[in-house]
Amino acid sequence: MAKTKSSAGFNAGVQDYRLTYYTPDYTPKDTDLLACFRMTPQPGVPAEEAAAAVAAESSTGTWTTVWTDNLTDLDRYKGRCYDVEPVPGEDNQYFCFIAYPLDLFEEGSVTNVLTSLVGNVFGFKALRALRLEDIRFPVALIKTFPGPPHGITVERDKLNKYGRPLLGCTIKPKLGLSAKNYGRAVYECLRGGLDFTKDDENINSQPFMRWRDRFLFVQEAIEKAQAETNEIKGHYLNVTAGTCEQMMERAAFAKEIGTPIVMHDFLTGGFTANTTLSNYCRANGLLLHIHRAMHAVIDRQRNHGIHFRVLAKCLRLSGGDHLHSGTVVGKLEGERGITMGFVDLMREDYVEEDRSRGIFFTQDYASMGGTMPVASGGIHVWHMPALVEIFGDDSCLQFGGGTLGHPWGNAPGATANRVALEACVQARNEGRSLAREGNDVLREACRWSPELAAACELWKEIKFEFEAMDTL
Amino acid sequence: MKTLPKERRYETLSYLPPLTDQQISRQIEYMLEQGYIPGVEFEKDPTPELHHWTLWKLPLFNCRSAQEVLAEVRECRSEYSDSYIRVVGFDNIKQCQTVSFIVYKPGGSRY
Repeated sequence: MAKTKSSAGFNAGVQDYRLTYYTPDYTPKDTDLLACFRMTPQPGVPAEEAAAAVAAESSTGTWTTVWTDNLTDLDRYKGRCYDVEPVPGEDNQYFCFIAYPLDLFEEGSVTNVLTSLVGNVFGFKALRALRLEDIRFPVALIKTFPGPPHGITVERDKLNKYGRPLLGCTIKPKLGLSAKNYGRAVYECLRGGLDFTKDDENINSQPFMRWRDRFLFVQEAIEKAQAETNEIKGHYLNVTAGTCEQMMERAAFAKEIGTPIVMHDFLTGGFTANTTLSNYCRANGLLLHIHRAMHAVIDRQRNHGIHFRVLAKCLRLSGGDHLHSGTVVGKLEGERGITMGFVDLMREDYVEEDRSRGIFFTQDYASMGGTMPVASGGIHVWHMPALVEIFGDDSCLQFGGGTLGHPWGNAPGATANRVALEACVQARNEGRSLAREGNDVLREACRWSPELAAACELWKEIKFEFEAMDTL
Repeated sequence: MKTLPKERRYETLSYLPPLTDQQISRQIEYMLEQGYIPGVEFEKDPTPELHHWTLWKLPLFNCRSAQEVLAEVRECRSEYSDSYIRVVGFDNIKQCQTVSFIVYKPGGSRY
């Protein structure tokens, strides 16, 4: 490997990044942070040169040589592009792999990692487009993050719910209900058999419903439903706010009234705010549900932006007990293999490299707690067998319209979903294939559950079929 | 249209009609296939936040068949017929509880 520090004085001028930052012989260390970018160079720019520029611009590089370079040891701090491979089936797209030394990053700061990796480099002129596909966090860095406030195992123990997915629902209409009417809608859902209801992400503290009023009416609804059904209930009280002080005030009030779970929007709120809130939740026994508004702005384009698996990994490090992951089967986008790839990255302790599922690096979380995936959006009872089959027990399935749209109201709508869920779990455990026999399982349950029969009658014709854009 | 009646529930599988012995044993067989350690617990008047019900004897380490668990459920039921009984499962690799479902309710409510 070529030494980059000049011993013969200072040579001013524009540097060829390739000489310094493209090192195909380099073997990444266990302590390196690794990143895979999908890179589209401008026409005429060689791939190795563009890749070296990505490594430089996301680590120590500046466009021109500066004399203070000579006061440091660039070999110790520079990012290195150690591999470039063409993307199969694409013209002029490359996966470039970059290793960053551990010392480039502050301990326990997702914000710092992203500021480096997806900072100025994304506007770099030599590139037409750039997408961060995956990050391998070294165990040495992982251990500086506390991760989810509780994790899946502790959440289940706190909630006393085992051996099945959790069931939720977003209260609608998403804007315009008064706090008391809202509380009633929550109560009816919970008493019907849901585990959780959810604030819509748009609900913060608007004139029609201020946060404090909402929190109090919702908490009354939770306590009443819990007393009547004898099961633990919760509602994701959204504490996302315009300032961190307001966010923390809402979280503290949620804790004071004894509610079990709060909610935050991690991308619009920001990683720093999220980590602060997560630490508070851990210290005060609040579960933390994470919404992902703005993710599609960042992750939807195949050739530019950040893949959601990176955002999901970052969230697990920053802290969140639940995170929306897409449904595979509902109204929103997501191809099955890729989706289950990042679902594993959210909830498993050790995930092997698997390109077919979009996982570029083996990731060891070193016993960090898991984040529960939340499948929400455009799903109803007829999707239940597929959802149980695809997501398994450690997931939260959320039927918004699929609960509130029931012809008899929220409580029977909730019961229909709970019955469908338990019928599917029972059948799966008895060895039946939900993929093949799922609809039969639901029809059998309709014979003794009038609530489910009414739901199955209403929704059988509804189908969502979008072609997923997210393939490798 | 019907108003949903108010009813107390007991978590997983409590929204299904009461399980027959055959259905219970199939759930236990699944648990054994997963490598979980079955156990039985009971409580006279459980509240939602009561995490620890009283353990019936000890978990059935080395259990090979669902019938062994069912026999314990029956014995527990005859001794504590006024208590709710559930079957639980433990995963000693993940080091946590993984299963819990209700198998007996005193008084025989609709579910």
